[in-house]
Amino acid sequence: MNIYKHEFKMNLRSAITWSVSAAILIFLMMSIFSSMAADAELLNRTLQQMPQELLTAFGMTNIDMSTVLGFYSFAFLFCQVCLAIQASNYGFALVSIEESEMTADFLLAKPVKRATILTSKLLAALTNMLITNVTVWVVSFVAINTFRDGRTYDTNTLLLLLVSLIIFQLFFLSVGVAISLLMKRVRSVTTLSMALAFGMYVLSAFGGMLGKDSLDLITPFKHFEPNAIVTNGTYDTPLVVLNVAVTVVAIVGSYMLYEKRNVHTAV
Amino acid sequence: MSIIEVNHLTKYYGKAKARGIVDVSFNVEEGEIFGFIGPNGAGKSTTIRLFLSLIYPSSGTAKIFGKDCIQFGPEIRQEIGYLPSEVFYYEGMKVLDLLNYSASFYKKDCSKRLHELADIMELDLTRRIDDLSYGNKKKVGIVQGLLHQPKLIILDEPTSGLDPLMQRKFFDLIREENERGATVFFSSHILGEVQKMCNRVAIIKEGSIINIQDIKTMQQDNYKKIRIAGNGLDETRFEVAGVNNLEHENGSINFFFKGDINLMMRLISEQEVADVTIEEPTLEEIFMHYYE
Repeated sequence: MNIYKHEFKMNLRSAITWSVSAAILIFLMMSIFSSMAADAELLNRTLQQMPQELLTAFGMTNIDMSTVLGFYSFAFLFCQVCLAIQASNYGFALVSIEESEMTADFLLAKPVKRATILTSKLLAALTNMLITNVTVWVVSFVAINTFRDGRTYDTNTLLLLLVSLIIFQLFFLSVGVAISLLMKRVRSVTTLSMALAFGMYVLSAFGGMLGKDSLDLITPFKHFEPNAIVTNGTYDTPLVVLNVAVTVVAIVGSYMLYEKRNVHTAV
Repeated sequence: MSIIEVNHLTKYYGKAKARGIVDVSFNVEEGEIFGFIGPNGAGKSTTIRLFLSLIYPSSGTAKIFGKDCIQFGPEIRQEIGYLPSEVFYYEGMKVLDLLNYSASFYKKDCSKRLHELADIMELDLTRRIDDLSYGNKKKVGIVQGLLHQPKLIILDEPTSGLDPLMQRKFFDLIREENERGATVFFSSHILGEVQKMCNRVAIIKEGSIINIQDIKTMQQDNYKKIRIAGNGLDETRFEVAGVNNLEHENGSINFFFKGDINLMMRLISEQEVADVTIEEPTLEEIFMHYYE
């Protein structure tokens, strides 16, 4: 419990920063919805004239910007990128920060099992991510209802989008931890988390452009593609199962790797 | 009872099989202050990190309080105080926060001892650790290692960064803990401090223990350091068995001697001397001998 509290406090400021950033992003984007929707005809026509590849890259094919959730799903994609970076940051730093700042010698010399350390850290990261999630939930509802301009939307579909966020983040968190434990030394958390988050995004974008379905299997941006969820009103179950499976494997693998890890001092 | 039992402990690092330590065996008895000396890279920290299961051995075992270091790790560490050689800090934490965090891992109430130790080491509890000098960070390390009054204290190069006054306070503190019943494992490359503190000492060289001895016998049974001053000294007379490192400078002869001291006295009495000193070599000098 003491490790959990400590870890939670260490990341609280970052969680608040990410929450505020995501909130501003959603709020600002939704604030232009009513003026956009008024010219929806024009907007949709403009979109159609854009190269198909570009639209696919941004997940904007068949998107109807005049609907509340059509427009929201566009904002949601950017939110996903932010939250992917947040989760990857937590993941890559979770264990490696102890080694790079030499606090591993402090922590691992205490009477505590490594599994307990990892569990506490994972739960603390989860709590911090939940803070960001709750913020996004609240801001999304507020922003949508403030700016929808009398247009209606399907609450269930919105909930599907919002619920997906935490599962989506857990993927990046657990994969980040697993990769960091496969590495002998993590030099820069930011570089790695940017690479993982943007890498997955680019895979999803290019996958769309190249029409390669195989890439759908790897990237969470496809597992929880906002446009697809809004269009279909449901998850793509096999992809979600795949996503959760990867998360579970990464977490189990992390425990095994951490239990056996030789912890060196950073020099 | 042996507090630490090390049996053929071996550690190679990574795929390249870089040497950590090779076939290290020794025991540390209850109540001892056990010195562990060797130059940087000899394997001192590797040995300590194996005790704490920060790293895992390639072969061999280490037992602390009669229990295997890996299997009973968390239980053993309840009674170990460890001062790492590197200073550490969590970003943005105040000294008191860190010490309370450290104390929260132990079953007993450590707050009284925490404040006592901070007073002794003149540590300001309200400052942020990031802002502290190297020496002050080291003090934080000392307090967090001792606040739970451990049965075994493991010190890894503890004095670097401490000024002489603080070093003395620190050594007094360690002696007190020792008198209270704590066993101390003291790793260092500074021989003077080991000499002052320890009962027994193990010398480690390139990953292997080359000698374990009682400090007193180590100094007595070994070499005498002899210096003879005078005019017209014939240094060739001293080129006998048992004499080492014979030097002639500024009208004096210096050497180390191991053997029958009567023989040496007779040799000296043949000379017209102005001054003679016969003394115990420092550990430093013995140590240099092992590293030749």
